[in-house]
Amino acid sequence: MTKLLALLAIFAALFCAPLVIGSEFWLNTVLLALYAALLGQAWNILGGYGGQFSFGHALFFGVGAYSVAVLQVELGLSAWLGLVVGGALAAVVAVIVGFLTARYGLRGSYFALVTLAFAEVFRILSNSVSWTGAGEGILIPLDQRLAALQFPDTASAYWALWAITLACFLAVWRLERSRFGARLMAVRDNEDAAAAIGVDAMQVKLGAMALSGLFMGLAGVFYAQKFLYLDPAIAFGPEKSVEALLVPIVGGIGTLFGPLLGAFALHGVAEIARETMGDAPGLNMIVYGTILVCMVLFLPRGLAGLGKHVRRAFRA
Amino acid sequence: MFDSAILVPSVLNGITTGALYALVALGLTLIYGVLHIINFAHGALLMVALYMVYFLWKLAGLDPYWSLLIVPPAMFVIGYALQRLVITRASHGRDENILLVTLGLAILIENVALYLFSSDTQVVDTPYGFDVVEMFGAFVPYPKVVAFFGALATAAALWAFIRLTDLGRAIRAVAREKKGARLVGIEVGHVYAMSFGIGVGVLGIAACLLMPSYYVTPQVGHGFVLIAFTIVVLGGMGSFTGALIGGLVIGVVEAVGGLWLGESLGQIGIFAIFILILLFRPQGIMGHQA
Repeated sequence: MTKLLALLAIFAALFCAPLVIGSEFWLNTVLLALYAALLGQAWNILGGYGGQFSFGHALFFGVGAYSVAVLQVELGLSAWLGLVVGGALAAVVAVIVGFLTARYGLRGSYFALVTLAFAEVFRILSNSVSWTGAGEGILIPLDQRLAALQFPDTASAYWALWAITLACFLAVWRLERSRFGARLMAVRDNEDAAAAIGVDAMQVKLGAMALSGLFMGLAGVFYAQKFLYLDPAIAFGPEKSVEALLVPIVGGIGTLFGPLLGAFALHGVAEIARETMGDAPGLNMIVYGTILVCMVLFLPRGLAGLGKHVRRAFRA
Repeated sequence: MFDSAILVPSVLNGITTGALYALVALGLTLIYGVLHIINFAHGALLMVALYMVYFLWKLAGLDPYWSLLIVPPAMFVIGYALQRLVITRASHGRDENILLVTLGLAILIENVALYLFSSDTQVVDTPYGFDVVEMFGAFVPYPKVVAFFGALATAAALWAFIRLTDLGRAIRAVAREKKGARLVGIEVGHVYAMSFGIGVGVLGIAACLLMPSYYVTPQVGHGFVLIAFTIVVLGGMGSFTGALIGGLVIGVVEAVGGLWLGESLGQIGIFAIFILILLFRPQGIMGHQA
């Protein structure tokens, strides 16, 4: 219960951010951090609680983002419908990928490589067919009304993102305490033992894939509606996949607050790097790469793991 | 489907490119076979080697083929050090951690290159760069022919090294049974680092052979890394012959696929093979059932 209260308190504070933060620049920074937390938590459902490290989570993000964009631009349908379709399609694609990998028993590094390859296939496809705008990308026409699911200012975009992210974190909070979550973690810790006591590993994995894909897809929809432009590299490129896995690894995989912690820590460090070293190309990713290497080397359980160490030291 | 006047040059082009892919994949498969590590930084390290070749030419006027004396040993040292100082410390008992740390290294190396050299495409000018050789009625660029035979020679040398030398024997022993190898007095940490170093050193050779007919940018490794993974998976993780055959197959698939579906969609064939092999025959064409 204290966990839920803490979660709600943090999100209540986050809700107030646009009211307190006067500068557009800083609100945007907080928005991007919250957005990273959403990507990270979506990855964390599968990677942290399910123990399946995906290197291609951009796949689900891109499916969501392109769904909402193509539905509006090519078919003239409402963005709200796109929101539903984008999330649902991303979940379906995730289930298909999950089924194929689980059916043929791909675990560990093999799973990581296959997810990466799927994302690449979609990147090349979206680069080649005409209705995604191919290499030129796709532009969603500006129409800043609620009916078109677009945001007149940063604050309203922020609140929309806030709602999706809250839903995602609540889902994970629920997951931690549910039977489904217990089964998922059992499969993560020892698949054979879990199967021996009657856990259907396939079903559990597919559930985690669907949930993870759904929130990744919703993040994609948000991205498309916020920035109104997509191209194959933005939607399916490896940067998105890296961001999604980096955030929980920094914060602490398989923990509820890890992605939030990781997202704000990463954006904080990136901001400091930009302030001190200027806005050079590649600098952000240099920082991220260094952090990833250092985290795996020295803090494999993330910042949340560090917190546990500190608490234990105080108790002793 | 196609006139042989189009198909033959395309297949020849695929085979020569495929030999270079195979060379990149050889290092990867050696590292996998011995250390059971999937080295995600392989493409980024190839990019480093390509920049070495480029700068040796640009600043010292050294022909890319003369760089064969400098770049492969330098890459070997980098590989040895990386394994000893970084990768071996990252595992904490989980394979995924190694994958993550090599991913981190790849991001780091690539973006340091982007920071230092910007994303401009660089090429070397050689007097033989535009020479062609006539084969089967088609014209193949001279550097590609050199690269093809160089790749075969390197593969043969590597095979002989693994089969015939003491270190090669130690590498095979460690690959098969780590504990047993340690018991008979093989220093496993050293063998690991040597294997990683050799695997990365081969990238140095690949870079010297590749540069006269190719280019370098900080992102150049991207294209190679997934192709090399595909070849390794196709050929069977850890199999040299498999990597060689896999490389040629992928080269031809890419060239003919490009002809058939167009440049960008042609690459789909590679990933389709990759996914299908991983799903249905993860031990590869030359590998054994696990």
